[in-house]
Formats: sequence, structure tokens, C-alpha cells
Amino acid sequence: MTPLLETKGLQLSFGGVVAADNIDFALQRGERLAVIGQNGAGKTTFINICTGFLKPTAGRVFFDGHDVTDKLPRQIVRLGLGRSFQLPQLFLDHSVRQCLEIAAVGRSGQLPFFKSLSDAVDQHEINDTLHLVGLSARADEPTLALPEGQRKLLDIAMALMLQPKLLIMDEPTSGVASEDKMALMDTVMQALKEREVTSWFVEHDIDIVNRYATRVAAWIAGKVAADGSPAEVLALPQIQREILGHP
Amino acid sequence: MIRGLAWLGFLICFVLGLLFPWSKTPLIMALCYGMASLGVAIMMRAGQVSFGHALYAAIGAYSVAFTARSFPGLDGILLLVIGVIGSMLAGGVVGLFVVRYRGIFFGMLNLALSMVVFSMLGKLYNLTGGTDGLRINRPTFFNQTLERDAFETSLLLLSLLFAALLVWGVQRYFKSAAGEALAAIKSNETRLEYLGLSARRILWNAYLLSAALVGLSGAMFGLVQGLVTPDIGAWFRSGEYVFISILGGSGHAFGAFLGAGVFEAVKLFAAAYMTGVWQLILGVTLIIVILVAPDGIVGLLQKRRSSVGGQP
Amino acid sequence: MSTDLMLLALADGVSYAALLFMVSLGLTLIFGVMGIVNVAHGALYAFGGYTASYLTLLVASHEPSTFTLLACLVGAALLVGVVLGTVLETGLLRRVQLRDPVQQLLMTFAAFMVLEDVQRLIWGTQPYSAPDIIGRLGTVNFFNVTYTVYQLIVIPLVAVLSYAGLLLFLHFTSLGQQVVAVTHHREMATALGIHAKRIGWLTFVLGACLGALGGAMAAPTTSMVPGAGADMIVLSFAVVATAGMGQISGALLAALLIGLARSLAVYLAPEWEVAVPYLIMVMVLLIRPHGLFSVAQARRI
Repeated sequence: MTPLLETKGLQLSFGGVVAADNIDFALQRGERLAVIGQNGAGKTTFINICTGFLKPTAGRVFFDGHDVTDKLPRQIVRLGLGRSFQLPQLFLDHSVRQCLEIAAVGRSGQLPFFKSLSDAVDQHEINDTLHLVGLSARADEPTLALPEGQRKLLDIAMALMLQPKLLIMDEPTSGVASEDKMALMDTVMQALKEREVTSWFVEHDIDIVNRYATRVAAWIAGKVAADGSPAEVLALPQIQREILGHP
Repeated sequence: MIRGLAWLGFLICFVLGLLFPWSKTPLIMALCYGMASLGVAIMMRAGQVSFGHALYAAIGAYSVAFTARSFPGLDGILLLVIGVIGSMLAGGVVGLFVVRYRGIFFGMLNLALSMVVFSMLGKLYNLTGGTDGLRINRPTFFNQTLERDAFETSLLLLSLLFAALLVWGVQRYFKSAAGEALAAIKSNETRLEYLGLSARRILWNAYLLSAALVGLSGAMFGLVQGLVTPDIGAWFRSGEYVFISILGGSGHAFGAFLGAGVFEAVKLFAAAYMTGVWQLILGVTLIIVILVAPDGIVGLLQKRRSSVGGQP
Repeated sequence: MSTDLMLLALADGVSYAALLFMVSLGLTLIFGVMGIVNVAHGALYAFGGYTASYLTLLVASHEPSTFTLLACLVGAALLVGVVLGTVLETGLLRRVQLRDPVQQLLMTFAAFMVLEDVQRLIWGTQPYSAPDIIGRLGTVNFFNVTYTVYQLIVIPLVAVLSYAGLLLFLHFTSLGQQVVAVTHHREMATALGIHAKRIGWLTFVLGACLGALGGAMAAPTTSMVPGAGADMIVLSFAVVATAGMGQISGALLAALLIGLARSLAVYLAPEWEVAVPYLIMVMVLLIRPHGLFSVAQARRI
């Protein structure tokens, strides 16, 4: 079966640092991929290349069978990809609800000049999504008023509004209080399961990796050092040493 | 509430114009300034401040002048349409380049383009009349030949009509999906990109609209003065548009007209009672506004509104 | 075009570029260190010029020496730069330090409007002209071309000295290093104990003095009239934007480019003379949006 996302020989360097070293990778529909690795290993760079934000010096990227190497993020998003960010990327002059409304408009691709934003979208769907991530109570507050955990949730919710086939989440629980991490991931992964969305998340918290991932890929120095089931990968001595920090 | 204020304001303008015939020209000028500043405010919504939009006033005004000379007898309404079309065409072409720039570089590129045109308008004497400018003879309106007074009254009515339509229309645009997406560009363009929206496309549409508004103001200005000079496209003029947008406040489309009203009023009274210091007074006003009320007059009104507990 | 005319154009260009450079130097320094686009720089130029002419006229009856005349010019620049610079920085700009750049720019725009009227209140509208020093210094001949010493030698010399002096200051003095530190990272510099406020003031005043110096040096070559400041500020923007905001050495090259292009245009295609600087600005910005000599920026997400 055609992989949902595939890269062949992806290569990119920044000055002297090799951020992506000849990466061949394939992600199948339905997988729940956890990407682990130290800071600076190239996890986010890989996401940036796959989503069109950075161009590789060599190699190709395929999404859902299409060659998207030279495409812009917004074009790849149209093909069914959603992304949330390490630092939540929200609209600072808008309310929570408006962020989701703009996401809905993005999905439809229609930007009416005259109809008000709230009338141009399906408020039921917005309310459902708000309820899903627990932001209904704060729907009409400005995004600046949200604490970090809820900013993360909103970021993910905006990507969810796109009804993507693949959702990429870059460190979804970083900056979130420990006691809330599981609740956040439970909510999100449940929603993704219901909507049959393939997921790919970068995580440093191994408990989360163990709990939600069907597959783990470990990044070291711009390369995929290990790739397999969580049990396999996390037991490897190299991974234990270099990523998990065990002596 | 601000909408009510707008209607009241325009009504007052109309009454003033009827009661004091000398006030018609300043009123029309104020309305022109308001239209142009609204055009600049549209781009400012996306965080893009242009220091060269007077370019489109010049294009609008000179389009009218050139057309009126080549085809004397054309109706005034048609001349205005041509002015707007001219500036929209220019805005569409310039917009293709300019929407790739952000921040100060957007402002600078617009400034540079306006300075090129401004310099050429001043130097190409044979074509443009140089710094003396070109005369525009009073055209007919709806095929009626009008005396000076009636002409001014018609222009005033027309300006009020345009202003009212623009306040209503642009405010709706601000609240529409396109308008909110425009505002989202200011805070997070990357996010918009990742939601499948093209910031450049949105900006281009906004730029086209803003060029049309400034072009309209230039065309009207030319008609009311009967003369166009290169000054209409000077960088200082562009700065005044930005000034007025901030003074009035960008929170509502009417802000630009409020700002323009204060601007022209100060100019008038300073000219009448304290010659030679209108720039000083306006400068001090802007300083005070920036320090004390950075959201402009509209911002003040909206704040009082919410503290009193009404609905925006 | 004959060689003589070419040389004349060259001389014109160099002299003009030197003046342009001095004013742009101040503008780009202020932007580089404080992130502010100072529209009021035009007023500093004008005030420098008017004060210089005024001082020159004051001492005229006392049979001043050439040195005294020069001192009037430099003294005027320093006076205007320190006084007006302080008023602007401490009185106005410091209050909007943390606001967004548009508000800061508008603040300088407003200050410019105020100063244009203040200038007219102080010196009126009739032209001020004090060309004595040009006559004093005589002319120089080269290859059949005659040019005034003042314009061809003194002005460029002052410009080069300002440039060298500024670079030496920034790279070899402790105070200068602090300025550089504040430019790169204000918060970090403050955390290291640098008095960012004082450095901000110093930088602004330095930039202001340079702008005023441009005006003062220009004063003998022209009559000071209202509007001189407005013309100069847009031209300096062209230079600074072409070079890249904050690029000091780049400004020198950009000023030469624009100055020479303009003076060539005067002889070859006079209708284009005024437009040439802005045409260059447009072309540069279209190809290199951040200016010819700007540096790359770091990643954001």
C-alpha cells in the first residue's frame, strides 16, 4: 500500500551541521508514530522539510502519493496534512473561537469579503471541537489569556479543524504541567482515533511514547538511528544511552 | 454605537455644508483624507504600514486630469470611475511585488515607488505641467452643467455618500473571513500558511482595495480643487494618511473619518487664528495621542463603552 | 560627454555623496542601535544648517579666520545634536521605547512636524546664506576642471573622518563596545551591567550630531530654506534602505552610488535627476529586500 508519507534520500545541512542525513522514511496510514531524540537531532527540521517549510538540498518527499518536495506548506496542507508546533502558533489578536473559525475557513479555502467570519463557518463543528479539547468555557476569551497547556490544545485543535489525514504534533506536552499531560494526550489521541487520523508526534516523555505509540523512530545527528515497535526501540542499548540518558 | 456616531457625523457635515457654503470645500477635503486614510488603515490591519500610498492619490488625480484634457466633456462621474480604475490597475501591478515584503521594508518600497512617480510628475513638464500641475475644468455631473456652488454641493453629497458606503462596507470587510484572516497575518503568518491560506493572496486583495480608496480620494480631490499638482503624491502626504489612521483609530472603519475630521479642523482653526503653526499643533496632537491613547479616538470610545457595560 | 564634463560630474557626485553619507550615517546608526526609524533626522539636518549659517553671520562682523568659520560649522552641529538630540531621545522616544516600531516611527514623524514649524518660527521663511568659507578656501584645478576646495576636499574629508572616528569609537573604546552590545541584545547587555538607557541617549545624540553636521557642512553651499529637511530625510532613507538598515560601511558605498548616479544624471538626463536615487532604491529592494549589505536572520519556528 502507498505510504501516507514517504521520503527518499532527504538531505539538508545548516552551515557545518548536518540536520538531515540521507533519510529514507515511510509512514503508513493508521500508524501512531512517536519520534524521539535529543534536542538538535533534526526532528523538527525533518518535520519542516516534510511540510514544505524548508527545502532539502537533495531527496524527495511524497505525501499521499503526491511529490510535495517543491510545494509550499499551504499546498501540502490542502492535501490533508495538519501540524501543531513546539511553541503554539496562535493568532494573538483574536479569540479562541476565532482561531478555530479561521482554521475552518482555511479548510474550505473560501474567503468571503462580506459575510462575517462567524457566519461563514459551521458553528456546531466549532463548538464540538471546543468541547473536545475542553476550551468551551474560554471560547470567547483572547488567546493571550490562555495558559500554556491550553495554548497547546488550541494549537492542536486548529490543526484538527482541517480534518487532516495526518496530524503532526511537535512536542504536544512540553510546557504542560505533569499532571495534565496524560489528560491532554488521552483527549487528543481519542479524537484522532475516532476520526481515523494517522498521527506523528515528537515526544521527550517516554511514558507517553509507551502509552500511545504503535511505532517509534529515534533520531540521532540527522539520521534515523532506530525504527520499530516501542518495545524494540526503547530497549536498544544505543537508544538507552544516547537518548534516554541511561549510563 | 460607532455606526450611529458615523451617521450623525455625516449628517452634521451635510447640514454644515448647506448652512455655511465656504465650509463645503474643507468638508470635502476632510472626507477625501478620510477615504485615503481608510485605505492605509486596511493595510495596517495586517501590520503593513505603507509610507507611499499617496502614489495612488496621484495616479487617481492625474488620471482624471489627463482624461479630462483628452476627452473634454466627459461626465464627472465617469472621470471618477476612470481615476479609481487607474489606481486599481497600478495597485494590482505594484501589489504583486509589494506583498512579499514585511515590516519596514514594505513601507520603504512603497515610499520609494511613490518618490519615483512624485519626482517624475514634477520634472516632466510637457506631460504633467511639472510643479505647476494640470488644471481640471469643472465637468458635468449626470449630464448637468453646474455652477460653482451647485458643483460643490454635489461633490459634498457624493463624498458623503461614498464615505457612508465605505464605512459600512469596509467595516463589514473587517469582520468578514477575509478581513479577519488579514488581521491574522499581523500576528502569525506561519499559522495561516499551515491552515492552507495564502497570506500573499489575502494581502494583494487588501492592497487592491486600499489603492482604490486612495485613488478615489485623489480623483475627488482633483475635481474639487480643479487642479492637480505633484504634492498630492508626496511622501509627507502618505505620512499624513498614517497619522490620521492612528489618530482616528483602526478599531472601526469610521476611525479614519474621525481622524480626518480632527485633522482638517485643526488645520482650519490654526490657519485662521494662529498662522504658521498648524503642523506644530498637529504634531503635538499626534504625540499626545500616541502616548495617551494609542488606539486612537475610536479606541477611547470603545473603552468607555465597555467600561459602561454596553455592547461593542 | 567630454572628459571635462565627466570629471565635473565626478566631483559633484563625490561632494554630494559625502554630505548624503554624513546624514545617512546618523540615521543608520540610530536604527542599528535603537531600532527606530528617525524621521526627525531631517529636522536635525535643517537645524544644523540654520544654526551654522546663523553663527557664521554672527561672527561675520568680527573678521573671523577660516578656522573660526569652520569652528562655527562644527560647533553648530554639536550644539544642535546634543540639545535637540537629548530633547528628542529623553523627552519623547524613551517614552515609547517598548511600543511597536510603527508608533515609534510616528512619534518621530510628529516630532518632525513640530520641528518644521519651530524652525520657521525661529528663522522665518527668507533664505539664510553664509557662503564665506567657500571663498576663503579657494579653488583647486585638476585636469582642466576647477572646483572649490570646500566642496571637493573639506566636505569629503569631514565625512571620512566622521566615518573613521565612528568605527574607531565602536570597535576600540569601551563605551563603543557597550553600544555594540546594546545593539545586538539590549536585555542581555543590561543584565551584564551596561546602562542601556545612557547608551541609548549617547547613540541618539551621536547620530543627531552627525545629521546636524551634514546640515552644517551643507549650509555654506546652499541657502537654507524651509523644506530642506524634508528633502534630505527621504534621500537619506534611500541611502540607508539601499545599504541595509544599520549597515555603517554599506551606507558609505550606497551614498557614493547614489551621489554619483545623481550627478551623472544631471549632465546626461536632467529630467531623471530627482528620480534616480529612488529608482536605485526600488531596484535594490526588489532584488535584495533587506538592502545590499544586510545580514541573514535566524530561524523562528
